[in-house]
Amino acid sequence: MRTTSLLGPHRRSAARFATVAALLAVGAAGCASAEPSSNAAPSSSASASTATGVVGIRDPWVKAADKGMTAAFGTLVNDGDTDVTVTAAATSLSSMELHEMAMKDGKMVMQQKQGGIVIKAKSTHALEPGGDHLMLMNLTKPVQAGDELTFTLTFADGKTQQFTAVAKPFAGAQESYAPGHGEPMTGMSATPGMSMSPAS
Amino acid sequence: MTETPPVRPVSRRGLLTGGALAAGGALAGGAAIAGTRTDRPGRPDAAAADTTLAANVGGLVEPFHGARQAGIATEPQAHASFVALTLRAGVDRAALGRMLRLLTDDAARLTQGQPALADTEAELGLLPARLTLTFGFGPGLYRAAGIDDRRPASVTDLPAFRIDRLQPAWSGGDLLLQICADDAITVAHAQRVLIKDSRPFATIRWVQQGFRRSPGVEPSGHTQRNLFGQLDGTANPRPGTPLDTAVWVPDGPAWLRDSTTLVLRRISMNLETWDLLGRADREVAVGRRLDTGAPLTGTAEHDEPDFAATDDDGLTVIPDFSHLTRAHVTDDRLKILRRPYNYDGVPTAEGHADSGLIFTSYQADIARQFLPIQRRLAERDLLNEWTTPIGSAVFAIPPGCPPDGWIGEQLLG
Repeated sequence: MRTTSLLGPHRRSAARFATVAALLAVGAAGCASAEPSSNAAPSSSASASTATGVVGIRDPWVKAADKGMTAAFGTLVNDGDTDVTVTAAATSLSSMELHEMAMKDGKMVMQQKQGGIVIKAKSTHALEPGGDHLMLMNLTKPVQAGDELTFTLTFADGKTQQFTAVAKPFAGAQESYAPGHGEPMTGMSATPGMSMSPAS
Repeated sequence: MTETPPVRPVSRRGLLTGGALAAGGALAGGAAIAGTRTDRPGRPDAAAADTTLAANVGGLVEPFHGARQAGIATEPQAHASFVALTLRAGVDRAALGRMLRLLTDDAARLTQGQPALADTEAELGLLPARLTLTFGFGPGLYRAAGIDDRRPASVTDLPAFRIDRLQPAWSGGDLLLQICADDAITVAHAQRVLIKDSRPFATIRWVQQGFRRSPGVEPSGHTQRNLFGQLDGTANPRPGTPLDTAVWVPDGPAWLRDSTTLVLRRISMNLETWDLLGRADREVAVGRRLDTGAPLTGTAEHDEPDFAATDDDGLTVIPDFSHLTRAHVTDDRLKILRRPYNYDGVPTAEGHADSGLIFTSYQADIARQFLPIQRRLAERDLLNEWTTPIGSAVFAIPPGCPPDGWIGEQLLG
């Protein structure tokens, strides 16, 4: 049931989705019974949140959890000409760390991201289950499905930026519950909603 | 191929198809297309048509945001799933707001051909195939939210009818997810996404899945056929003012204006006893021709029925007990919009069908429009002999929402 190692190499790129949507829109043009997609950009509905700041933050979300640990995800967009480094993340509900998934001795393990999260110039960086993510270490109150949480990112140059992420029910991303122990991520139970350590 | 008698003439199409079958079943479809092209040179090039078809089916997008919810006046898609939810204990107005924000966001993305947020099967979200996601509020939702005073008066359990054999497993529901698309995988994925986001708030009460003709099988605008072989929906109000008059609430507070109501009935159709009828008896029961759907007094589907016309014996051509007579309404304010889907379950060991209709009726006011028709049908409609309502549910369909809003915001926000 573990998907961590499968998802890792297949980072979804929002740009790629936009391209597909644009192609669909072209294909749909000229039909009277339905309107072609006129907007290939990601939806701007309740969950989306970007601010004019250091980076764009596309489709942010956080995994709903009653207690313990959880994680926030999204796509960081750097339209600038220089690399940008996120050095810290913060929210009022929990202390936070920047995490990555890495291959160690043939196994995917989670660990703190040394040197922060770098978003290269003119590129995007995905925060996603099985990859880099913003870790909430110990919730002081439940994050309920549909809640909107405010996060603050701090960058290497000292600037900060806020964004809002909606809480989604999500069974995966169980690596959130085993930070920094270096334990193997394969073969552990993926029972939804359980705050648990890896069985192995 | 070895079983084909050698003396029998073999068409080029047959050769092509047979060769493909010999080479491997997976190729048979392509060979059949090639054969069609060879046999009918006047038809469009099949390979080009294939590409066009994909773009004109899979890629088509129905708008989501707007004053009214999509999926009602929308030309009916081929596949539908109706999911009725029971709200969990303690789900209140605030929780409903969180739930509907999530579901609205899913709908806004998926209907436009974008994966849902945190979509675990993102590739399944890229072909909307005219997906519409429509939300309905049952009486229980208004109670849970503490706003029963805002419930449209006619959105309440229907009175019991003599013909009903309602089963709880197919009846009721606090929240309805209506999922319609021209592709079954698109429907399945959307259903999965919406249910996953609903689970913290609700349990599944029932799911009803149905189908109509697939896109391209006949021109759009055709009246669908049910599994009795009848054209079903001929008397629907025409798109435009007649439909708008029948379906949409024209005024009132923000949570009522541009809303409508839905009566969803699961109608079991007894194909075994229907089989006992001859064609003439079948047509008399409905009051229409099976082939054209024309009233028995006319020649075309949309001819006005002449209820006064008599035959040589002095009997009315369209009998008083016919479905057409009992259901007939001329005033648009009293009409209902039917948007039914067929269901076809697993037959019994003896081969008896489990078939029927997911009957959906949309109207501004259930009491004014649906109930009078239903009373006349329940009282005396010969079709009752072969049909049995086994499920029933009513929902308010709240207004639509703008891009920065969510379904139900006018009511719950």
